[in-house]
Amino acid sequence: MSTLEIKDLHVSIDTEQGTKEILKGVSLTIRTGETHAIMGPNGSGKSTLASTIAGHPRYKVTGGTITLDGEDVLAMSVDQRARAGLFLAMQYPVEVPGVTMTNFLRTAKTAIDGQAPALRTWTKDVKAAMQQLRIDADFAQRNVNEGFSGGEKKRVEILQLELFKPKFAVLDETDSGLDVDALKIVSEGVNRAHAEGNMGTMLITHYTRILRYIKPEFVHVFVDGQIVEEGGPELADRLEEEGYDRYATGAGAATIAAAAAAAQA
Amino acid sequence: MTAEITTEKARIGAPSIAGFTEEGEGLVSAKVDHSHNHGVTVMSSRAERLTSFDVADFALPTGREEEWRFSPVRGLANLLSDTATDLDPDPAAAFTVDAPEGYVRTPLGHGTAPRGTVLTPADRAAVVASANTDEALHVVIPAEAEPAEPLRILVHGAGAGRRSNAHYVLEAGANSRSVVILEHTGAADHNGNLEVIVGEGAKLTVISVQLWEDDAKHLAQHDAQVGKDAVYKHIAVSLGGSIVRLNSNVRFAGEGAEAELLGLYFADAGQHLEHRSFVDHNVANCKSNVLYKGALQGKNAHTVWVGDVLIQKQALGTDSYEKNQNLVLTDGCRADSVPNLEIETGLIEGAGHASSTGRFDDEHLFYLMARGIPEDVARRLVVRGFLNEIIQQIKVPALEERLTEAVERELAATEN
Repeated sequence: MSTLEIKDLHVSIDTEQGTKEILKGVSLTIRTGETHAIMGPNGSGKSTLASTIAGHPRYKVTGGTITLDGEDVLAMSVDQRARAGLFLAMQYPVEVPGVTMTNFLRTAKTAIDGQAPALRTWTKDVKAAMQQLRIDADFAQRNVNEGFSGGEKKRVEILQLELFKPKFAVLDETDSGLDVDALKIVSEGVNRAHAEGNMGTMLITHYTRILRYIKPEFVHVFVDGQIVEEGGPELADRLEEEGYDRYATGAGAATIAAAAAAAQA
Repeated sequence: MTAEITTEKARIGAPSIAGFTEEGEGLVSAKVDHSHNHGVTVMSSRAERLTSFDVADFALPTGREEEWRFSPVRGLANLLSDTATDLDPDPAAAFTVDAPEGYVRTPLGHGTAPRGTVLTPADRAAVVASANTDEALHVVIPAEAEPAEPLRILVHGAGAGRRSNAHYVLEAGANSRSVVILEHTGAADHNGNLEVIVGEGAKLTVISVQLWEDDAKHLAQHDAQVGKDAVYKHIAVSLGGSIVRLNSNVRFAGEGAEAELLGLYFADAGQHLEHRSFVDHNVANCKSNVLYKGALQGKNAHTVWVGDVLIQKQALGTDSYEKNQNLVLTDGCRADSVPNLEIETGLIEGAGHASSTGRFDDEHLFYLMARGIPEDVARRLVVRGFLNEIIQQIKVPALEERLTEAVERELAATEN
């Protein structure tokens, strides 16, 4: 079993108006086999958390730690993190000119496993995974994400998730922009990876509808760069009914939490 | 003329463009004349461009002329002067020919056909090259011949700044099938003309490889006439040299002919690599395809592609397409890309053009690295994938391998 542990994480970005703190002390522990949903309104810092775990250079960690089985993730380069078993399904996958999907998938798999996959089984695996995600066979010869629709890009992210078999997957609003059929297909992919690979999942979402297909054991509510409430699946049901309004004072809740923390310190 | 389409969207100043944008149109019965007003006389058709054997007809360019406006003419003074080849103590750029017995004929003097039947100099560089070459190399691939190995013309520059003029005449006999590699190494100030006659039903591939040393300069005009049912492929590969400007032009001598003008270039800091192509559809029912792909890296790396296609009134049933794609790897580069399409008849199969300039930026890098791919591998992956479309057209395995390695060396230079 592996553990991804985030402790008191503080993250800032540089903006034209100066440095802005986005994450204000986030602590979260995920073990393989678990699914955690991170839910919160837009702008609460959910995607910042995802990108920081993956190591996007835009986000500066000013405090706290991220460890994977005790190893310091923050000291790893972006590619080292991926090879260590972290996978980020991106909210906006980029188009990469000049590189076909086939070439990309094989190169990444080789980098992650430290050796080239056996050609015959690999080709078969890719084909089968594409079929299950209803991705046209001709996508293999197209450049990475180039000209793909939003839904196609998301399916291709999950394709990679299934092929690369990470220890931990962070799904950054994978549900956004998907119609109900695509949402089902994508969710099935995540569930397969989960069942097969003993994977830990961090599911970042604004809406509860993906939770009909992917069942989290833990739900964390994210407001203004902090986790303001935690619970089981029932918390998601409550959010479904009430929305984020009761945190609207949102800032208020966060302030209370912060004040409590300060009082303890 | 049924429509005027403005030039601006086809002209791309690469550094300002993020992401990979593509534009292209399939145009039928429209005249797209990307002419430019820069204080020069705007010609109504590409066909009216001056050609002449007389040096006096071409003034020294100032850089304001349409055909010179992208070129660093100040660095070209030596090549543009009406000067003989430097032969002391040896020719500035000697050539050796590797061809089957009997293919190399008696050199051709001025006005001795077939010299001058296909190539009439179209700019100052070509006219001084022609005027200063008294004996032109003449290579003939006999009719029906299918040489097993590619023919090779190896040009080696003996020293930077040394002036060299050349004019080579290449004839592919009827129904022959051959590949000719024209390779440039070493350094010189080299003006080189290549005149190509492709006989009826012949299939000829000419690969012009510029693997010059860093301080070489090279101006070239390669003109071909493609016979009835013949297939001509010209591939320009420019990796070395400080300034390279190669104009690849083609027209047809009979129906059913095909021409493919391809190019690959990789410009480093301070390098100027310019390619111009002109397909003159002067005969009905011919096909042409133009594809140039380039990568740029480093401060003041500059590439230029100007692709002209003219479909004349009598060229019914023409099928033509041209495309240029550039990949910008670092800041400080400039890629100029200008497709010009002139169509004088609507009764054609198709005519299209596209130009795109993409940038390999931090987001691409992040995406690939987030999948476990190390940075150097990610860069190579992108560039190799991009340029491979041209390299795989060469179909001479040993040369493909050498060029792939040369591209890798260019990339290694970025990483250091």
